[in-house]
Amino acid sequence: MNIAVAIDDVDRQALPPASEAGPAPKRIVVAYGFWIFLLSDIVMFAALFAAYAVLRNATAGGPTGAQLFNQGSVAIETACLLASSYTCGLMSLAVNARNREATYLFAGITFVLGAVFLGLEIREFAGMIAADAAPQRSAFLSAFFTLVGCHGLHVSAGLIWLAVMMAQVELKGFRATVKRRLLCFSLFWHALDIIWVWLFTVVYLMGAAA
Amino acid sequence: MTDTRYDRAPGDRSILADAEESTASGLLLYTIGLGLAAGLTVTSFWAANTLLLWAPGIPLGLATLAIAQMGVHLVFFLHITTGPDNTNNVLALAFGVLIVTILVAGSLWIMANLNDNMMPPPELMNLPMRH
Repeated sequence: MNIAVAIDDVDRQALPPASEAGPAPKRIVVAYGFWIFLLSDIVMFAALFAAYAVLRNATAGGPTGAQLFNQGSVAIETACLLASSYTCGLMSLAVNARNREATYLFAGITFVLGAVFLGLEIREFAGMIAADAAPQRSAFLSAFFTLVGCHGLHVSAGLIWLAVMMAQVELKGFRATVKRRLLCFSLFWHALDIIWVWLFTVVYLMGAAA
Repeated sequence: MTDTRYDRAPGDRSILADAEESTASGLLLYTIGLGLAAGLTVTSFWAANTLLLWAPGIPLGLATLAIAQMGVHLVFFLHITTGPDNTNNVLALAFGVLIVTILVAGSLWIMANLNDNMMPPPELMNLPMRH
């Protein structure tokens, strides 16, 4: 630790410029690459959002969003995901402090909140399919299930990733590779929450207003 | 922190990745973010359900709140700043926003145009066929 502080105390003017500094540390390269991946993932979601926005009135005589959506359940889902984003941030603080117990605690809370979110979403989907509002009913419902289901799949993948990362912390400890993967996971989880902000706004709230 | 050699990793609060970041200031940052995001979310749900506001303006208001909340998440959770050690992250984000805007706005524009030009008005659709 003291070595790092000592390096930081070096007059930064004396350091070579970025073009002469050589390759950046791996943590920066890895996180930047994952940032690019997340942005491309968001572009894919943008395509699904565009499809939904174009097709939202193409109900083919079937149920509309205002009839189907239950805002109480959506509010709980939103609260769960926002809180899990917060605990994910606390987990990355615990990782940086190399505090194993706090890491497990906040990862566990994040996992449970994500699982509650997923459970509510699956219950909503099952209820809609039972009420003759399955994806094949209308173009609106196809676009709805694709968009929201794709976000749900991302959350499921995130939960599996989180469980794998906790096993790696247990078995490998806070070594550099594990810490880079945890950084990528927290970026992924926060990005999912940003997508959910647009989802509940465009799909559920505007759908109810229209 | 004005003259760092490398850009900062997205998600990191400073170029010092590890234990050098104090946990207390990080906790404060995440908590402020949570408070702001929760406030914006509650406002969104209230605006969508209230009768106090002018109804046709609500979708625009909701979009504004969503953009604001996206900014809160980016700054307080993903630690994207305008600092000089963040140039690469911000440029990548700006390119992403450009593509997303073109994709969504372009799709809506084109499809609205197609609907206007292709769909005969209802009174024309209901004309009896004459051969």
